[in-house]
Amino acid sequence: MSELEDSVDFANFPDKSGHFGVYGGRFVSETLVSALDDLTEAYQRLSQDTEFQRELDDDLAHYVGRPSPLYFAERWTHKIGGAKIYLKREDLNHTGAHKINNTVGQALLAKAMGKTRIIAETGAGQHGVATATVAARLGLECVVFMGEVDVKRQALNVYRMKLLGARVVSVTSGSKTLKDAMNEAMRDWVTHVDDTFYIIGTCAGPHPYPMLVRDFQSIIGREARQQCLAQTGRLPDALIACVGGGSNAIGLFHPFLKDESVAMYGVEAAGLGLDTKDHAAPICKGKPGVLHGNRTYLMSDENGQILHTHSVSAGLDYPGVGPEHSWLADLGRVNYVAAEDEESLAAFRELTLVEGIMPALESSHALAYARKHATTMDKNDILIVNLSGRGDKDIHTVANIDGISIT
Amino acid sequence: MSRIAACMEQLKAQGKKALVPYFVSGDPSIDITVPLMHAMVESGADILEIGVPFSDPAAEGPVIQLAHERALENDVSLSDTLDLIKTFRQKDNTTPIVLMGYCNPVEIMGYENFAKLASAAGVDGLLTVDLPPEEAGDFTEILRQHNMDNIFLIAPTTTTQRIKLIAAQASGYLYYVSLKGVTGAGNLDFKHVGERVALIKSITDVPICVGFGIKDPESAKQIAQFAEGAVVGSALVDRMASAKSADEAIAATTPFLQSLRQAIDS
Repeated sequence: MSELEDSVDFANFPDKSGHFGVYGGRFVSETLVSALDDLTEAYQRLSQDTEFQRELDDDLAHYVGRPSPLYFAERWTHKIGGAKIYLKREDLNHTGAHKINNTVGQALLAKAMGKTRIIAETGAGQHGVATATVAARLGLECVVFMGEVDVKRQALNVYRMKLLGARVVSVTSGSKTLKDAMNEAMRDWVTHVDDTFYIIGTCAGPHPYPMLVRDFQSIIGREARQQCLAQTGRLPDALIACVGGGSNAIGLFHPFLKDESVAMYGVEAAGLGLDTKDHAAPICKGKPGVLHGNRTYLMSDENGQILHTHSVSAGLDYPGVGPEHSWLADLGRVNYVAAEDEESLAAFRELTLVEGIMPALESSHALAYARKHATTMDKNDILIVNLSGRGDKDIHTVANIDGISIT
Repeated sequence: MSRIAACMEQLKAQGKKALVPYFVSGDPSIDITVPLMHAMVESGADILEIGVPFSDPAAEGPVIQLAHERALENDVSLSDTLDLIKTFRQKDNTTPIVLMGYCNPVEIMGYENFAKLASAAGVDGLLTVDLPPEEAGDFTEILRQHNMDNIFLIAPTTTTQRIKLIAAQASGYLYYVSLKGVTGAGNLDFKHVGERVALIKSITDVPICVGFGIKDPESAKQIAQFAEGAVVGSALVDRMASAKSADEAIAATTPFLQSLRQAIDS
């Protein structure tokens, strides 16, 4: 614990202009500034509004299915032979991942602001599905932007979105993945800024998005904290979550930041290895830069061009990360590490076989690191891993790797 | 006096308006850029806006996105662009040059370092799409110390209060974004653009150039009725996209630029 950190009150960030230290902010074209001002103002007003909060709590309980369980993975713990591993079961939420915590909240904001059209970007498709779901429920038009590469590797989720009434736009510019989907969503928003609400899926983008996504996802950590105290009588010793943009991680971490005894590990995608070019680990291997409306750690080359990334999991295949993570990395409050494709796939298989729980490939990165880290901890220590989503959507990817064709 | 200010004053004295062509450096190939810049000046361009290639040009429509992708395929960077401008300056030391691009290449080069290198290369202004005044901080002042103008955008959605805030930091010219959308989009509502430009003029004396959606002599002429300049990008970039040589690019764009010049002056 550094001296600097002792003086930081995590609850006071971002500051009024949306900065976490030097990170975050609002690096957008002028046309969007007033829309972001309106959103900031509406969010500030509604987050104090008891009726809005009651509606949100009601949706989280009866539509999403919260609280999600905190599950002691006893067999897996014994197999690994280290700390006691608990899984925060976000995979059991409606639509199968943590993404819905945020889309339910932002959809209520959209409704309160009188917007009639919803847009979103998506990588793995989980955020797209979660957005199409809330749009269907509220009867709002919904357009989801998705890179052409992801449309192919996440065909199941594309069809789910279509069944939910959303239009899925396949994005063919740039690297044809999540970052390009986000560019295209920005272009759409700037064109339809009057009637359209942009539901960003991760804790990145221009202020106020990193703040409001974090706030909506913090239900994960608030529940986990209470559940851990209730089930074990004490706080956990360590938290582990995967980090693409980092919304599930910030949701788990944030309510624990002031608990000095709780160590935290954000697991980036090491792809084929951190020493290769084929990874998606901006905090571990990148440097600060500006993309998608915020300053944050980025993977960019010496000329400032954003680099192509690689991860076996579409949801982690992104060259940036939420600005609050960049700040927490510099402060040393959270440790950022990485897991490779191979070890994540092994963790996917192991948890499925040993616990009967099939994790998303994104979450499998957290599991892969947990597997290694647990053995360095005491047997009485408690480790919570955020199981951010279920793996049904990844069956095609895993089958392909196994050389099996599922039609 | 900066080249931009001198150019604007001269135009004003002559009762003329600025024609401001835009294209991306290194598009469609790197050897076309400098000859094309000279040809544009010959055809009546007053200020040149040169796009800096970027991997994620989020404010651009499809035509200029493709231009960025072609330039990147040619491996053209911000520092290459500065080299091209240095070459241009060997023969033309009066035409103002404004770089238009995105924040990250400048951030990675370093703000102070960029200001030094760009000024030495002969750049007169910088328009960073994703760097509004709140985030620009002391960069505007750093540019000014190196005799460059920070060119800010004003949009249809910018409130009067913000126009005041932006105008207070502006120099060179203000770039009014004529529509809600990406570059090269839609048809302009000239009445609305005229009202907005009049509002900005009631707040500041900084000249106003209008861009996004000016695609033919008629729209350039309309804009020149009330603004100090008209920026033409997509319509120009589209015409030269498949040019194989500087001669082809010049042949593909010169008649169009001349027709814009005539329309603006008429």
